[in-house]
Amino acid sequence: MLTYTIRRLVLSLPTLLFISLVIFLLLQLAPGDPMAQVPLTVPPEVKQKMREALGLGAPIHVQYWKWLVQFFWIEPQVFIDWLTRDSFLLGWLPDTNLYNGQLRVISWQTRSPVMDIVMQRMPQTLWVVGMSYIVGILIALPIGIYSAYKQYSLFDQAGTFVSMIGFSIPPFFSGVLVIVIFSVNLGWFPSIYDTTHVVTDWASFKVQFNQMIMPVMVLALQTTAQISRFMRASMLDNLNQDYVRTARAKGLKESVVVLVHVLRNSMIPIITVIALGIPSIFGGAIITETLFKVNGIGQLLLTALFANDLPMVMTLTFIFAILIVLFNLIADVLYGILDPRIRYD
Amino acid sequence: MTDQNVNAAAAEIELYGALKDKEPPKEPRSQWRDVWDQFRKHKGALIGGGFLLFITLAVLIGPLIWQVDAKQLDIRNKDMRPLYTLLWDGDARTSWAKPLGSDNLGRDILATLIAGGRASMAVGWTAMILALFIGTAVGVSAGYFRRLDGPLMRLTDLFLSLPILPLLLVAVTLFRQPLRASFGPETGMFILIVGVIGITSWMQTARIVRGEILALKEREFILAARSIGTTPFKIIRRHLLPNVVSPIMVSATLGLATAIITESALSFLGVGFPSDFPTWGKLLSDAVPRMEEFPERVMLPGILISLTVLSVNYLGDGLRDALDPRIRGR
Repeated sequence: MLTYTIRRLVLSLPTLLFISLVIFLLLQLAPGDPMAQVPLTVPPEVKQKMREALGLGAPIHVQYWKWLVQFFWIEPQVFIDWLTRDSFLLGWLPDTNLYNGQLRVISWQTRSPVMDIVMQRMPQTLWVVGMSYIVGILIALPIGIYSAYKQYSLFDQAGTFVSMIGFSIPPFFSGVLVIVIFSVNLGWFPSIYDTTHVVTDWASFKVQFNQMIMPVMVLALQTTAQISRFMRASMLDNLNQDYVRTARAKGLKESVVVLVHVLRNSMIPIITVIALGIPSIFGGAIITETLFKVNGIGQLLLTALFANDLPMVMTLTFIFAILIVLFNLIADVLYGILDPRIRYD
Repeated sequence: MTDQNVNAAAAEIELYGALKDKEPPKEPRSQWRDVWDQFRKHKGALIGGGFLLFITLAVLIGPLIWQVDAKQLDIRNKDMRPLYTLLWDGDARTSWAKPLGSDNLGRDILATLIAGGRASMAVGWTAMILALFIGTAVGVSAGYFRRLDGPLMRLTDLFLSLPILPLLLVAVTLFRQPLRASFGPETGMFILIVGVIGITSWMQTARIVRGEILALKEREFILAARSIGTTPFKIIRRHLLPNVVSPIMVSATLGLATAIITESALSFLGVGFPSDFPTWGKLLSDAVPRMEEFPERVMLPGILISLTVLSVNYLGDGLRDALDPRIRGR
């Protein structure tokens, strides 16, 4: 298992490098000009100098190499410094001071390091999208279990219908729908997510709860739809197995048979499905974040795209790619650990 | 002596009689007849298929029946409400000439919905066919030619680990201008959107088709075909492709659903078609700022998108059951 993990880790490096090259070349092909916003009164020579200052004069391979160095060598140094200086987890370690002022990946929009902005935006995304993922899973698992146990019952049919609806209603419609119903007509919840709100006491917690409930529910509907389908299929596979008949025959209670024997075996594929979905949490839900004005990662990517901020787009897309590759690996390894029948070596 | 002979003959008749059918054999049935019979049992799939057919026909021949130009401005009759608002609000501004009302520039909403449906369905179908074509080609070549298997499957894995929606956004935002310049605003966007959706959604089909081909390749009939000297191309066309039609059809329905949703999402985020070219997603996103006063402008396109995708999903569910010989007949 360990050798398999190491082999996969080593193999994922060229994959990631290739993906970064693909994204880089895609952005290079793009016709956008970062100087488009500069006033026309600025003479062309000055514009040319500004372009070179942004690193655009150099040949493509030099630009790519510089980005690679900045992303893989300098940014980790900054991150380790931050970990040992300010973070709660490792703050007790002596300050490493690895970073001494080299050029980092700079956003063309704000002229500040891209990773700083990402770290500012991350908490909002993690709160809203991560919470919706957890809520979605918590709703999906019981639905999946019960509708498999009572296959073709009314509950099962209703569950299938609801998950079909969850698949079919896109978030930009369900989001608008809940805004119309709950903020416009009923006035229960605010339609705009206030990220500056700080939870200090019970009243402010209620405000936070109220503003989170709509985006979380919109996203959770989709997670629920997917995971409850998987859970139902996986439970159905296991319910007809021989070991279930054995367990019943030796007189175990029905709840033990279903919730211990069958559920534990059915969770194996579900855990990998859940792991595979985690990158999309960090990727942020671009549409939902835009709709509810949550200034998270997805919204950051969208604004960076419209502002032609190529370093930001490049770095964000590549972070998403890293997460996808990493969680694919984690899902495969978890599957091997949880299911002793699977042997990779 | 004769008695014995008679008895032996009777026993013989008795013996072979057991092998004969008591009743005349049933009519031979074709495979597609079986599939249709199973499909008919799935009520959701039947309704879904019917609705999809209805929507497709409505957007195809709708403009012939409701002959109003979707781009016709009629500023005097702007902001009309749909006729059904009369049910609860007698004072609403409605008109029989505009059964679903008109938007803030007086364009007829029924006509824009039909035109938008045309665009959305066209994008959905074309992107789905493109994705199926790429997916089947990659899957068949990876499954049949052992030398291509490794590289093609690595390529598929690579595409699967790309962050799709961000890349779609990147591609559409960045390549909008050149394609518009060379093909005109509408055709250029159509090519771009269909292209990017097709290129980023073929991977599942490729994986499924490859798996099926790998299993089929080892069967006797392929060996027989090869032994009489059939060329690989003809084996693929005559023997392999007809056998993988069912998984391809199922993934086609999924592809159609995702393509429609992706196109609407791109339009919603403002990177889709130009502003005077209606699609369902675009109509929805245009209506969001004034949804408090005119909720129907959000609801109608949203409901149409959702119902279409829902019916496609149900259709896919029914097809999967009907085309699976292990489930069929139960």
